[in-house]
Amino acid sequence: MLEARLYLLQRASAMLLVPLLLAHLVMILYAIEGGLSAAEILGRTRGNLLWTAFYGLFVTAVALHAPIGLRNILREWTGWHGRSLDFATLGFGALLFGLGLRAVLAVTA
Amino acid sequence: MQDTADGEEMLTVEIWRGRDDGALRSYQVPRRASQTVLDVVTWVQRHAEPALAYRFACRVGMCGSCAMQVNGKPRWTCRTHVSRVAKDGHLRIEPLANLPKIKDLATDMAPFFEKWRDARGRHVPTRTRHEPMAPVSSESPARKAADAGIECINCAVCYAACDVVGWDESYLGPAALNRAWTLANDERDADKAGLLRAVSESGGCHSCHSHGSCVEHCPVGLNPTAGIAGLKRMTLVALMKGEL
Repeated sequence: MLEARLYLLQRASAMLLVPLLLAHLVMILYAIEGGLSAAEILGRTRGNLLWTAFYGLFVTAVALHAPIGLRNILREWTGWHGRSLDFATLGFGALLFGLGLRAVLAVTA
Repeated sequence: MQDTADGEEMLTVEIWRGRDDGALRSYQVPRRASQTVLDVVTWVQRHAEPALAYRFACRVGMCGSCAMQVNGKPRWTCRTHVSRVAKDGHLRIEPLANLPKIKDLATDMAPFFEKWRDARGRHVPTRTRHEPMAPVSSESPARKAADAGIECINCAVCYAACDVVGWDESYLGPAALNRAWTLANDERDADKAGLLRAVSESGGCHSCHSHGSCVEHCPVGLNPTAGIAGLKRMTLVALMKGEL
């Protein structure tokens, strides 16, 4: 029941992304308005488990949500379907997860 | 609208002739009081184009045979009055969208009904004919949900109106899923798990975008979008319970 699972995963990840995205945007505004330098930001994020967990969860939710949506769009707009599409979008999800995790580690490790 | 020399009011009617490589052909048809689009098509066949192919049966909005695209929208032609759709005296009549053309206004309905089968649109009984009928309370929520979708006349207007059907040929479509929804709420149906599995395949209920074109165009006022949303909820509950 792949379709039902993907449907559930996409909705659940969207519900998770709404508060995470809002917090992320508020954080950007705070950092810019407050005039924090890159060094000051890194000083706060490095070694901070809370930020690691926050952005780790963010990246995981994005890596689940985006490929499922892309799979639907490609299927409807290009007619591409079947296993090859599943693997291609799975690969896209893995890429997003890898790049996202790399970014999270760069600012928190 | 045009008038002839003897003052008779005329409609300009364009009708699709041929198959995929066909074209629209124009006819002048006398305007009549209380005239339906099906009356117009019938006039053309009897007086101007004897070889015109089209499909109809009951002429009173019960059989679901006569649906066509009228000025770009799918409609049941026997209950569509010309006065409502041809305000400027012009009609463009084409075969139903999203179905293979056979000839002129006749489409091949096989894919539409095959999807009813794929959505497990047949009743699986809990009792044999030798047992008494299962009592179903008219007040039960499931019975009310089934009632809301049960009057479908299989006209395929919703199927022709649906964007997702046009994009994804595997999508079961509003009518088949509406049928599945009525069965999912039928307390006498013995294979609810099988039904939920059928509508959770690729092209099943989860593909619906809830655009609501089916609701807008359904000639008998059904709401397949609501039924499909109900199937989505039902399949998710079954999935989380490990029953799917």
